[in-house]
Parts: sequence; structure tokens; C-alpha cells
Amino acid sequence: MIVDDSNIIRRRIERSQQIARLEVVGAASNGREAVELFRRTQPDVVTMDLTMPEMDGVECVQELVAINSKVLILVVSALADKATAVDAIEKGANGFLCKPFTDRQLNEALEELLSEA
Amino acid sequence: MLKEEEIRTFIDGATNYFEISAQQAATVGSPYLVTDGNPGAYEYTGVIGISGSRKGVVYFSAPRGMLTVLLMRMQETDTSDENIKDLVGEVANTISGNARRDFGKNFVISVPTVIAHDLNKVTAPHSRSYVIPINWRTHSAKLVVCLE
Repeated sequence: MIVDDSNIIRRRIERSQQIARLEVVGAASNGREAVELFRRTQPDVVTMDLTMPEMDGVECVQELVAINSKVLILVVSALADKATAVDAIEKGANGFLCKPFTDRQLNEALEELLSEA
Repeated sequence: MLKEEEIRTFIDGATNYFEISAQQAATVGSPYLVTDGNPGAYEYTGVIGISGSRKGVVYFSAPRGMLTVLLMRMQETDTSDENIKDLVGEVANTISGNARRDFGKNFVISVPTVIAHDLNKVTAPHSRSYVIPINWRTHSAKLVVCLE
């Protein structure tokens, strides 16, 4: 599942991810939509933006982990300070990829995430 | 008032964006100070409100031609007005968010607001703004940093 308030980024992640065992089950444009979609589709892996309207990414990470503690969450955000990455990881995210990113960086980050499973 | 190294943070953010997202470097002209509260804009502007340790706005403004080519370089085939507006907001968001590497977590950024087709609506909250000219391919854009 892809969560980002930018349609371009949602499409970019869907287009660029080349990991055969991953299939995109849905996309959401804010944290609130993401929680609803997560309950319906029960994805194993989530890419999560942080700065979003309605419900931000850190709050959403907490909600998703409360629903399913085994979900793997890759934060994909422009917020480049270390404290934000640490905060997201402490709230339950499993990895952090800083925007802007190349296709290769995205796939490497997803591979690393899956290797934790 | 911005320090020289703080302006450098935004220059680096802008060049990094083009280098990675478009895989084609942009050049940056000499930053200059505007003191009349009107730093100017192009057809599409993505505005990020800044709060916390600093207050003001950061905005990225560009013509449609540049944003269309940038979308295409990102392998995006939908170059509709909606996607152009999405992109200009995303560029502003990415450059502002990346600035937290130097400004820290208390440099709080808003979600983007996009102003399109109405140059008069693009205003700076304070009289003094730094304008960073950005040249990419044959196109020109500007990054405006207006912080207390």
C-alpha cells in the first residue's frame, strides 16, 4: 500500500517498484484514508509519507502498527533531519527513504525492508 | 534575515532535486535580496508555510513548460494541470523538508499550497525575501525564501 498526498509520488512508487513478490493493493492520499484502506486490504508492506493533511504519517504509522504489529513500513519523506527518522522508527516504522529518490534507491530500500521479514 | 550558509542549504536542496528526480543537473544563478515584498512568480507556485524555530514561507515557482518536461523526465505521462500543480507543490515540499537536515526538527513545514495562473496571489509575508534563480534546460524558475 502506498500512502502519499502527492499523486505523482504515488504513481512513481507504483511504477518504479520492481520487486516481483510485491503487488500494489491500493494507495491513499492521507493518514485517515490509509487507515481505512489498511483495514480493508491488509497489506504486508506500506510506504508512508509524513507531511500529509488530515492525519500525518507518524500518527498513521502508530495506528497501522496497532492494527497489525507485523506490517513493514517504509517511510518515504522529504523531512531529512535525523530526529524525524528516529521518531518514525520508534513509532513502529522499519525503514526511512529520503525524497528525492532514484528508482534504485527505492528498490534497495524495499529489499532491505523485506529482508527484515 | 538569512545567513549565507542557510541560503546554501536551499541552493543544495534545489540542485539535489533536479539531479535526482530529473537525473539532469540544474544551475543556480546568484541569489539576490528583494526588499519590496514582491519577489515575483511564474505560472505555477508551490508554497510551504514555515513555523516553529523560523517563521515565513518557502516557495518554488516555475512555468508550465519546465514542469511538463520535469514530469516527463520522471517517466510521468499524465501532464494534466492537476499533475503540474501536484509537482510544483512536491518540489517546494521536498526542498523545504530537506532543509531540516540543517535547520533541525523545529523547522516545521506545512503541506503545500499551490497557486496557479494568478501571479498577483503570490506574495511574501515579509518585505525581505531571498530569490534563488534556477535554470534547467532552457527553462528558468525561482526558489523564494522569506523567513524571519
